[in-house]
Amino acid sequence: MSATFTLDRRSFLRVTALAGGGFMLATYLEPLDLFAQGGQRPAPLDPNAFVSIDANGIATIVARNPEIGQGVKVMLPMLIAEELDVEWKNVRIEQADLDPAKYGPQSAGGSFATPTAWEPMRRIGAAARHMLIAAAAQAWGVPASEITTTPGRLVHRATGRSAGYGDFASAAAAIAPPDMAALTLKEPKDFRIIGQRIPGVDNRKIVTGQPLFGSDVKLPGMLYAVYQRSPVIGGKAMTANLDVIRKLPGIRHAFIVPESHGGGSMSGVAIAGDSWWYAESARKQLQVAWDSGPAVNDSSAAFSKRAVDLSKEAPHATTRSDGDADAALAAAAKTVEAAYEYPFLAHAPMEPPNATAVFKDGRLEMWAGTQQPGGVVSVIAKALDIPAENITIHLPRMGGSFGRRLYNDYVVETAVIAKTVGAPVQLRWSREDEMRQEVFRPAGYHFLKGGVDADGKLVAWRNHFMTFTLAGTAPATGQGQQGPRYANSATMRANEFPAAFVPNFATHVSTMPLGVTTGAHRAPGACAISFVIQSFLDELAHAAGRDPLQFRLDLLSVTPIPGQGANAPGFDPARMTGVVKLVADKAGWGKRTLPKGTGMGIAFHFSHQGYFAEVAEVTVDANKRIKVNKVWVAGDIGRQIINPLNAESQVHSAVIDGMSQMMLEVTVDGGRITQSNFDDYPVMRMRQAPPEIEVHFLTSDNNPTGLGEPPLPPIIPAVANALFAATGVRIRSLPLSRHGFSWR
Amino acid sequence: MPVTFTLNGKSTTVDVPPDMPLLWVLRDVLNLSGAKYGCGTGQCGACTVHLRGRAVRSCQTPIKNVAGAAVVTIEGLSPDGSHPLQRAWEELDVPECGYCQSGQIMAAAALLAARPNPTDADIDTAMNANLCRCGTYIRIRQGIHHAVRSVSGTKSSPSEAK
Repeated sequence: MSATFTLDRRSFLRVTALAGGGFMLATYLEPLDLFAQGGQRPAPLDPNAFVSIDANGIATIVARNPEIGQGVKVMLPMLIAEELDVEWKNVRIEQADLDPAKYGPQSAGGSFATPTAWEPMRRIGAAARHMLIAAAAQAWGVPASEITTTPGRLVHRATGRSAGYGDFASAAAAIAPPDMAALTLKEPKDFRIIGQRIPGVDNRKIVTGQPLFGSDVKLPGMLYAVYQRSPVIGGKAMTANLDVIRKLPGIRHAFIVPESHGGGSMSGVAIAGDSWWYAESARKQLQVAWDSGPAVNDSSAAFSKRAVDLSKEAPHATTRSDGDADAALAAAAKTVEAAYEYPFLAHAPMEPPNATAVFKDGRLEMWAGTQQPGGVVSVIAKALDIPAENITIHLPRMGGSFGRRLYNDYVVETAVIAKTVGAPVQLRWSREDEMRQEVFRPAGYHFLKGGVDADGKLVAWRNHFMTFTLAGTAPATGQGQQGPRYANSATMRANEFPAAFVPNFATHVSTMPLGVTTGAHRAPGACAISFVIQSFLDELAHAAGRDPLQFRLDLLSVTPIPGQGANAPGFDPARMTGVVKLVADKAGWGKRTLPKGTGMGIAFHFSHQGYFAEVAEVTVDANKRIKVNKVWVAGDIGRQIINPLNAESQVHSAVIDGMSQMMLEVTVDGGRITQSNFDDYPVMRMRQAPPEIEVHFLTSDNNPTGLGEPPLPPIIPAVANALFAATGVRIRSLPLSRHGFSWR
Repeated sequence: MPVTFTLNGKSTTVDVPPDMPLLWVLRDVLNLSGAKYGCGTGQCGACTVHLRGRAVRSCQTPIKNVAGAAVVTIEGLSPDGSHPLQRAWEELDVPECGYCQSGQIMAAAALLAARPNPTDADIDTAMNANLCRCGTYIRIRQGIHHAVRSVSGTKSSPSEAK
């Protein structure tokens, strides 16, 4: 990663798998810093690609990244507009098509947009302003250094001249862009747009129901398609009653796609008709003979049993060892042993996967809601046997994603269907398709033992982690990047906290083969591991007779073992201590008397370069019904919250998403997914959501980092720890429904 | 079978199978994209429209059941997008991805028509059937209160935009 900025799908996934919840330092650095470290310098971006100004001074700014609800379609243009120095009301935002040569990397995921665009986008705006000044300087015959701007206007004070940007826009567009790196950016105190509460640019269309999302695309003569894949994930369609299907009302095409076309696409049966309802209705009469794939042996119940068996055997690999964990556990004043487990999860975005395509004369035009459009072009070019330059991809807004649309399987399938039917076509997955043909958050099993000394200090920690390799590959032998292929998003960083903060520490890994598809889920890795680590820390605090807050603060004050890459590059325990103290203070930790059946829990987690600590207050009634009364969140994502209006909303979203996960599970049985829709996958509803989430940001002198993901991980253990405080029941496996709990 | 009904104030006739759900008539036949598909089983509320003044799941409403009736979709909620709920949603920045929000607004509009000044409990009851996967529930509740206050002329409290 350190050698390139182009975040193609493959390297993104590799980083995700490798780094778990975080991402590597190299990608966090500004591109110019990266160049200084010997990285490959990207082609300079042309300000004219991002900014155009009309004669009336209205600035059209291109938003380069795909929008999934994270607010990037406003955030990136805000950065440009700030340095361009225009009034926000005179800005219009236009969504970019896929064109990385023109716009640089275009992706949504990993909370990357803020750290990777914070400086480059501001430099684009500064360069455009510089070009306007140069054009005015030429016209007025004065030195450019004497021209200043007020929002939307060029001013030469000495001669009293001024003009709107519109007057010089076309002249400025013809001027060679300046050296971006040499431009001076605004001081934060001069920001007029960054830091303002700016609503979403698409709100008007959303509240009036205008076409906006991928599934709203409508082309003349367009057909609607469904695609039936094997109920056992990864199976192949052999034969089907296509003659019957083709005769059904409104059906135009029915055909088998015998093989995968790469990019995660799978064999299946396509049915296309005049309405999606015709195609979906016809599917009910479809009969297919399937050749089951490698997932046919997968079963959630068997995985859980096998994990317990493996925990009693020698681990397949040891990924980290400090001191002597076994000896320290034997000598510890108190020890706790616990088995933790979390299930497979589906993303369940409100808008199921879909894409629209037209194939004509060897060219493909697509409208594809995808988080990683850059990675799909070469796959489609190969699948359709056309040159990559013959592929155009538009990037409509997505109705949520949470990681699902990092995977372009449905996009490739749409392209293949479009070539076959020879007419504009929209492939829409049903909710059942979405639930059963997921890239699931992998389940995981952790067998932990921890020890505290007579002073209540954490002195030993051992975790034997059971996870998955791709079926048909070798079992784990080491860190996972060589040799066996771990299932996507099924790794844990060897240096995951509290690594380096405990003198005797060991992480072991054993694996089981897995056939079902897995992948990144909002805050990948962290969304699962935070529950285990911060819950087990809570257990150890109670075993030590210590306050869970103080126990954590003491742990964070330990001098980390040097040279061992403590908890991902860049982890600063002082920043985490700051947010832990802040959230405890805001929540009145230890200062309020709570009624019986009510308790508070605290947890923190570092992921995606964000520091978050959260407190939940929960009440549990006699029927084990849970109400989360309130959540307090403290986060440190650097010195600047770019758009506080969206930032608070993202935190609400992460908290509710995390809570939602606590009652959800996907179970596999013989490679088939048991769940199918919101009745058996009960995503959190309004009445169950906390009525109040109090959000505090601690600003620190660090470059801003992303927010879509890092507030999610801590809420799960915070609620689990609050449940313990309220009821004395320790939650060691999810979902909560396994233990008889429900939301009130 | 031709079915005639009133759609957003205009008489509309479609010739489709009688059991075709209203959602797909709106989306695929009449090219109105406001009502969304989310589950197809009436559990998520993304397809909510008004039928005879009541909020219904258009994915569960066969077209034959709307013959002669008045249907209002998000596109017809107000002539110019100025319904107090639409304005509140924009001002408070309720949407994240936005996909469920036309259904949320239609459900909220039916609530306000029945209870012009709802309590939080009324809102929870009326809105509980509408899923938001982004978890914008706190702002949805604020948005409904905000819309009520904008109609009654009371200034909204500063805490509302929290």
